Amino acid sequence: MNDRLASIKQEILEGIEKSATSRATAFELRKQFLDSKTGKIGQLMKEMKSIAPEERAAFGKGVNELKEWAQQRFADLDEKMKARELQRRYEAEKIDVTMPASKIETGNLHPITQMKNQLIDVFAGMGFEVFEGTEIENDYYNFTALNTPQDHPARDMQDTFYLSPEFLLRTQTSAGQIHVMEEKKPPIKILSPGKVFRSDDDATHSPMFHQMEGLVVDKKITLCDLKGLLDMFVKKIFGEGTTTRLRPSYFPFTEPSVEVDVSCFECGGKGCKLCKGTGWIEILGAGIVNKNVLENCGIDSDEYSGLAFGIGIERVAMLKYGINNIKLLFESDLRVLNQIDDNE
Amino acid sequence: MLVPLSWLKEYVEIDIPAKELEKKLFSCGFEVEELTEVGKDIDKVVVGLVEECEPIPETHLHVCKVNAGEHGTFQVCCGADNVCAGGKFPLALVGASVYATAKDHKTVEGLMTIKKGKLRGYDSEGMLCSGVELGVSEDLYPGAGYNGLLVLPEDAVPGADVKPILGLDDYIFDISITANRPDCQSILGIAREVAAVLDKELKEPSYEYTTTPVAGKSFRVTVDAVDLCPRYIGHYVSDIKIGESPAWMKRRLALVGIGSISNIVDITNYVMKELGQPMHAFDCDFLQGSEINVRRAAEGEKIVTLDEQEYTLNPSNLVICDGVKPVALAGVMGGLNSEIRETTKEVFFESAKFARDSIRKTARALGKHSDASARYEKGVDEYSTVYGMKRALHLIEELGCGTVSDIHLDVNCGNSIEPKEMKVSIERVNRVLGIDVPVEDILHIMKNLNFQPAVNGDELTLQVPAYREDMESYPDVAEEVIRMYGYEHVQGTFLPDSQVTVGGLNSRQQRELSLKRALCGVGAYECIHYSFFSPKDLDLLRLPADAPERNAIQLINPINEDLSLMRTLLAPSMLNAIARNQKKGNLEGRLYELGSAFIPKALPLTEYPDEKATLCIGIFGKKENFYDLKGICETVADNLFLSFTYEAGRKTFLHPYQTAVIKCNGEEVGYLGKVAYEVAEELDLREDAYIAEIDLAKLDAMNRGKATFTPLSKFPEEIRDIALVMDKAITCGQVEEVIGKACQYVKSIKLFDVYEGEQIPADKKSMAFKLRFVPGEEPFEGDAVDKFVKKILKNLKFHLDIDMRS
Repeated sequence: MNDRLASIKQEILEGIEKSATSRATAFELRKQFLDSKTGKIGQLMKEMKSIAPEERAAFGKGVNELKEWAQQRFADLDEKMKARELQRRYEAEKIDVTMPASKIETGNLHPITQMKNQLIDVFAGMGFEVFEGTEIENDYYNFTALNTPQDHPARDMQDTFYLSPEFLLRTQTSAGQIHVMEEKKPPIKILSPGKVFRSDDDATHSPMFHQMEGLVVDKKITLCDLKGLLDMFVKKIFGEGTTTRLRPSYFPFTEPSVEVDVSCFECGGKGCKLCKGTGWIEILGAGIVNKNVLENCGIDSDEYSGLAFGIGIERVAMLKYGINNIKLLFESDLRVLNQIDDNE
Repeated sequence: MLVPLSWLKEYVEIDIPAKELEKKLFSCGFEVEELTEVGKDIDKVVVGLVEECEPIPETHLHVCKVNAGEHGTFQVCCGADNVCAGGKFPLALVGASVYATAKDHKTVEGLMTIKKGKLRGYDSEGMLCSGVELGVSEDLYPGAGYNGLLVLPEDAVPGADVKPILGLDDYIFDISITANRPDCQSILGIAREVAAVLDKELKEPSYEYTTTPVAGKSFRVTVDAVDLCPRYIGHYVSDIKIGESPAWMKRRLALVGIGSISNIVDITNYVMKELGQPMHAFDCDFLQGSEINVRRAAEGEKIVTLDEQEYTLNPSNLVICDGVKPVALAGVMGGLNSEIRETTKEVFFESAKFARDSIRKTARALGKHSDASARYEKGVDEYSTVYGMKRALHLIEELGCGTVSDIHLDVNCGNSIEPKEMKVSIERVNRVLGIDVPVEDILHIMKNLNFQPAVNGDELTLQVPAYREDMESYPDVAEEVIRMYGYEHVQGTFLPDSQVTVGGLNSRQQRELSLKRALCGVGAYECIHYSFFSPKDLDLLRLPADAPERNAIQLINPINEDLSLMRTLLAPSMLNAIARNQKKGNLEGRLYELGSAFIPKALPLTEYPDEKATLCIGIFGKKENFYDLKGICETVADNLFLSFTYEAGRKTFLHPYQTAVIKCNGEEVGYLGKVAYEVAEELDLREDAYIAEIDLAKLDAMNRGKATFTPLSKFPEEIRDIALVMDKAITCGQVEEVIGKACQYVKSIKLFDVYEGEQIPADKKSMAFKLRFVPGEEPFEGDAVDKFVKKILKNLKFHLDIDMRS
């Protein structure tokens, strides 16, 4: 009796050893022993009737133990086969991960747009709205209202493209200041980005470029406020360690007027190629809004004062990204455009 | 403006190095663009005493023993004809740097370093130098122009550096002067600033002269165009002795780039540089009628200027005339007919103020520029007009080149050159700055700047010098104070008294940025192109003569023809960008630009034109086709919460059968299509390109949908595929339209197959669509969807004669 159980056990062990190579063969093997109708262990159960009653209990127990044992073996075998097959499948699907990616190409915003957005982000947080004026302006808004009457020396500072005796391509985004001040009452805090035009075309000048004008008009605006705003701006754009230096300059629409230099973010002010050894880089013009300009817009200069600054976006972008030629920005060469992806 | 340090020192004691002075000038508003030492290229050249000098047989050379003091004694071979024992000459030591000259010994051909050499078997250690080799001209140092050795003074000490002797240790400041400070367009003007910033006295040059009465001479000056010439001062000088100017004057003029001509001409140039007042001298022999008349030129009137150029004038040009004819183009250049010559005996000096705008316009219109016109364009004040004449007459006397008569004519509009009083509040000045500058500092600064300040409580009274025409009110005073007090005192504050405002982009600006980002998301790169384009671009598009796009705003003064029109559409810039890319080997790519098209309401402009926000998309390369671009257009529509429809269309520059008009809410809003082959050929395109242009301004004005949520149907949707057979001419759009109208439950119609071939008649094509039916409030009952399909098929048959494919 026990011999039969032992021999089936042996048979199962040999079968697993020899013929089980996959889940399918393992299943076939299992059926030989554990199929409820035809399996060898099932057959043993049927023999129960012919066993002497006093031996039945022991026999039954023995068969049940064998069955449980076999079920466990085959379950383990199945697990093993499953793992082996999975492994084979994985191996069959081995790839060369160094082969080229199938990439979904995304484009970039233009470097000028990227720079513009960064500037807007810095100033929007300080309460500046964005006002975009028109590229075609009339003489009054571009010059006269900005304290630059017809025979003023400053008209020579900028070579203007004229479209008619009255209309011209704006030479500065400051033109937008006047429109805003005519319509809004202080407090005014605006940024005015846009294209501007000057009759200049050489290696470092483009007849069209971009400026961003900033204007604050409120009570008690001072030169110290201008300095504070600009310090904040350069820190956000060029890094925490940068500072500004103001020095006297002249613009007809501001008085006092200043040229603003930023400490060289490349060398930290020690002097390098970028800053031509001076430690400082000229970055923008600014000043306290000329009281004539306020009055031209019907703002009482006894009550209010203002500050204004004009940033050359190309200049900042070229400095920040190391672009060496302004013309590259307008040629749309994909090899240029796909290099600059500043995650703002 | 060029300012020699040595000349500045004439008026103010400068006890700091040039580099220091550069910094001081910079901080008070005068940027030194370049600071150059006159002898910057010359090094290791010392005084050499020739002790022995023997000719080398059968050559023009001499072998010399040259004593260079502390540096030793050297054997030097020399070819100059004026070398002699006992003479002192500049000796370039071995290792010295001097200018190399061509065979003519005059033309400079770069720099050279002196090395030990051997000439005709004789060792030569060093080189005796000419003026040219040291960069010293006759005007800079008398005798330096000789084509041989430069002879040094007898008291020169052998071995001493020659630079101080020859003035090569002098410095030239090239200073940029801001437009509000024309008074600083002169050496004296800069000297005033230097005196103020260094806290030193200004030593004014001498304006003294004595007049000698002349009998039997009279002059008359009349000014007809007072608006263009508010002041005209003339003075008659007799007994002119034309000759050379003294060395100091020649040297100063040479340092600022002006060659010496003759004493009288040099005096006019000297005064212009020294005081900023252009002067002119007429030879009285050629002035007819002893008369000067300042008037506008007659139409067509002619003048020949000093440089022998003839100009035809008009009434916008101001001329100086004698009793008969124009003798000078006012403020620009004198006439050839009254030029100073060797024979000149009497001179009529002119010192005048001309309106800057008039001079600028004349100079530009005639293309004629001179030092004088450049100076007048920046603005001359009457203070220098008055003092310029005085100074010129003083110099006549000092140089002894003429007799200053008592004939002095002064036509003026009554402008005073006395200081003007100005009162400002100190508190107000400080309020501009945001800091409190101590009153004593303000007083000190204003005193140094010659404003003769006085203070009474908060009130500051200033006497504004006549040359400071820029001073209007307290902000100007604030600027004067802070530029001298120092901008480093300005400490950043953050709008402490300001009211809070809400910042950021408005919704239109946000939409624009979101659209740009969406386009980047489909692989397109943003471009920015010039707002102007070329008439050739319109021709490239093959636009007919009467096309509205040709109605472009013209620039009056464009840089060139290619940048002469304001663009009326963006396509040409995009086409050119694609062409440039392909030329550089970028054979595939996606680009877009969001810019303005300029549509005039009338030409020439009488009111602001329409600046129409426009989107242009260009795609090119083997992988791209019409439907790719159409897909991008759909992205645009989705981003704007709008929907576009497309109809076959025509554009002169696009493929006749691959062009669509884009419509939105029934209105035409743009186009897309494949670039026509003839256009592509003209642009040398190697790969096909497709472009689209969309009127964003129009779309912006449209009612757009909102991002809203429709609850999902509780009942199941049903999908049906239908295959149809139709005429080849029928478009997908037509089929979709009929299907859409036939059944309201069809929520999407997707074309998934197009077939032409054996299984259907030759003149037909087959299209297969997937239709998605979405129930409303009620579920579809029984065979409801089949009934919808039947109706759809019936309508297709009826409207388009389309059959179900069997």
